Amino acid sequence: MKFNAKVYVSLKKGYSDPEGETTANALRGLGYTVDDVRASKAYEVSFQAEDEETAEAVLDEMCRRLLTNPTKDDYSFEIREVR
Amino acid sequence: MKREEIDVLLMRAPGTNCDLETVRAFRDLGVRAHLVHSQRVFKAKNLLDYDILVFPGGFSYGDYVRSGAIWAKEMEYRIGKEIAEFVDTGRPVIGICNGFQVLVETGFLPGFEGRSPEPQVALANNSHGYQNRWIRMKNIGKGNCEMLRGVPEGQVIACPVAHGEGRFIMPQDKTEEWLERLYDQDQLVFRYVKGDGGYAEGSWPENPNGAYHDIAGICNPEGNVLGFMPHPERAYFGYLMPEWTKKGRPDEYGDGRVFFESIVRYVEARF
Repeated sequence: MKFNAKVYVSLKKGYSDPEGETTANALRGLGYTVDDVRASKAYEVSFQAEDEETAEAVLDEMCRRLLTNPTKDDYSFEIREVR
Repeated sequence: MKREEIDVLLMRAPGTNCDLETVRAFRDLGVRAHLVHSQRVFKAKNLLDYDILVFPGGFSYGDYVRSGAIWAKEMEYRIGKEIAEFVDTGRPVIGICNGFQVLVETGFLPGFEGRSPEPQVALANNSHGYQNRWIRMKNIGKGNCEMLRGVPEGQVIACPVAHGEGRFIMPQDKTEEWLERLYDQDQLVFRYVKGDGGYAEGSWPENPNGAYHDIAGICNPEGNVLGFMPHPERAYFGYLMPEWTKKGRPDEYGDGRVFFESIVRYVEARF
């Protein structure tokens, strides 16, 4: 089965996020009322797996082994089968 | 071991830099320094032919994903076993800047219980964005990192940093416990300091990246794997130091030499 996933990686809450803070300041400079910005990264991963359960497990492993550093990053993903 | 028989392997990859400066520093000290592309090393798998392994600075693979992450994982699946064997022999492994990031991402640093399958700490994005500036760091090690015994405790070394991701952080729920552990096991090697030698205490620009506890470099519990963000190779010769023009003529050597000299002397005496 073919799957397509979107993975979102962001700094864990509590760690300062200089990119987000700088972006928030710039948005405020443009006149927007912005409370907070957190920067994140997104990946789109296309891959194959036997079934949905396996696909989720494999994707989770990809996140832990490469796409994130568990010390500082939180991650979430959306996964869907491609027909 | 005779100095002229010491072989240093500097691995390079797409995007690494300061590799030539590092080669030049080692060669100036009379050892054989080999600059080899990592793909060649992956094929030859001959790490044990060398006495010192150095991962240079730069932005390997464009810092994609995270600084050092791609090169680290490539290393893991191509020569992970060979690197672990090299580390187990007690020979020095040094990561400068991007090299430090690689050693963190491969799990060799801090390596509290040996190499960890996932990174235990992180070198996160800087508090003030990309920083390319001169800093001062102090050797605060007590001798566990034997290769640095030639750098007197408390000695301040001025050298540049050039990175966008070097903010040393540890997991939030373990930060204090692990800091104590780093001290207890004598794994804290370099901290950022001010001009008077006092710790930067997080203040910018003395602490250029917002690193926790002003941590610039650490070693593993065994002391033979060392990683740090600053670039001593960029301060090896006197003419590289920023203030030599005030003196009229540069000194022959800069602050960075003591670092390389110490490593070479250690290998000469130990092996």
